[in-house]
Amino acid sequence: MREYSCFDILGPVMVGPSSSHTAGAVRLGRLARAIAGGVPKEAEIILHGSFSQTYRGHGTDLALIGGLLGFNTDDVRIRNSFAIANEKGLSFKFIPANLGEGFHPNTVRFFLISAEDEKLSITGASVGGGNVVITHINDNEIELKGDLPTLITTHHDIPGVISRVSGVLAEYKINIAFMRVFRKEKRKLAHMVVETDDKVNSAIINDILKLEPIVSVRSIEPV
Amino acid sequence: MHYYNVKDLVEEAEKRAVTIGRVVKEMEAENLEVPVEQVEERMLAQWLTMKESAEIGLSEPKKSMGGLIGGEGKKLNDYRLNNKTLAGQRMNKAVSRALAVAEVNASMGKIVAAPTAGSSGILPGVLLTVQEELNLDDRRIVDGLFTASGIGIIIAQKASISGAEGGCQAECGAAAAMAAAALVELAGGLPSQAGEACAIALKNVLGLICDPVAGLVEVPCAKRNALGASLALVSADMGLAGIKSVIPVDEVIVAMGEVGCSLPDSLRETAKGGLAATPTGRELAERFLGKF
Repeated sequence: MREYSCFDILGPVMVGPSSSHTAGAVRLGRLARAIAGGVPKEAEIILHGSFSQTYRGHGTDLALIGGLLGFNTDDVRIRNSFAIANEKGLSFKFIPANLGEGFHPNTVRFFLISAEDEKLSITGASVGGGNVVITHINDNEIELKGDLPTLITTHHDIPGVISRVSGVLAEYKINIAFMRVFRKEKRKLAHMVVETDDKVNSAIINDILKLEPIVSVRSIEPV
Repeated sequence: MHYYNVKDLVEEAEKRAVTIGRVVKEMEAENLEVPVEQVEERMLAQWLTMKESAEIGLSEPKKSMGGLIGGEGKKLNDYRLNNKTLAGQRMNKAVSRALAVAEVNASMGKIVAAPTAGSSGILPGVLLTVQEELNLDDRRIVDGLFTASGIGIIIAQKASISGAEGGCQAECGAAAAMAAAALVELAGGLPSQAGEACAIALKNVLGLICDPVAGLVEVPCAKRNALGASLALVSADMGLAGIKSVIPVDEVIVAMGEVGCSLPDSLRETAKGGLAATPTGRELAERFLGKF
């Protein structure tokens, strides 16, 4: 059974009206921003299921843009996030659509162009009470909840990669809380999602990048 | 928290001759492995945000995102300031603030989920009112918030605090039960009386469905916050008078959870039944969504 804290019951402090459709949407936006490495230049945002039906009344659209701008769930600027996005040079549009079966009713897909001109597709869902999960980055299935500092690697799927990455983390006394590996095809490119109890600094990331099978590493701060 | 029953919490508090709030506060500090002062500070911050949300809701009423509500809290407050009222000043003060916070929530203002965003008006509504009426400082109210959260944790464990799982009884009902217990302790009542007040409040909302028009946290949510605030005050008075719930509080909580599970899907936050499915509810949804 889940252990509750008093602050799970009296909290979070948030901008209304809905923990799943507003607070969760802010967190999805923040995660997408973190994956893109900062505020993107362009965002085309597909809204699926309940999100596509009621997004205006819950301010889901304002919340998603607020998240992309890096606002917290309790930031009252969320109400004005469209105007702030315009000032900051983030152009965006929303497209209600049906992504098909198998997607959570509160799913959003971001097509982003990052500040460094990287094209990204990020899909995630708001699963209740402000909790979220990123389910896809580009075409790769992953699982990222954003509660803990997280590393996402892209690496060649060969034996020993996992132990080498965890070895680097162990050297720096970073405790791994959760770890999952995803791949589409055997011996091609794969991804590791590593959630840690402690913050991972850039020196550690550089050491991981030096490992031969590693192609890239994204470091995601908790949201 | 290590307590699974309100009964155990009440017994522990009475054995030590302290409030439920104190027991819960110490338990929270122990679980988070921090000094008690630190959890008090954190709860004080929640309280200050609650207060602010009530003040903003009354002084700067806004239309909700869906446009269905806005300004009702101020309207009731103005009415009570200029009239004798039927239910009395205290009651109307609490209810107008509960409405005001619910409106702040619906217009994308800042609130504290208590226990949810949809039921966020009840605790600030009644607590701010007793703070003024009984001249209590913020520290005392913080203790009351620990009482409320202890009860809320037990409801979440034994039943639910989610409208999608348990209907509105799990959101506004839980908030009213939490608030009733806190009110009893803030008024100087015994922990056992707080438990009885909690049971009485929850009994009165068994079966209350979650039927938001157009799926928005507006209608009937804001006015159910009003109901929750008034119910909390009346239940607290019954507890303070020494009235007992024939069905023990922990059994009432379990019953609430079971009633929630047996509610059809259409009455649990899907906007497919109840008020959402009335001709006007459907028309509003259609106007808002363009389809339904």
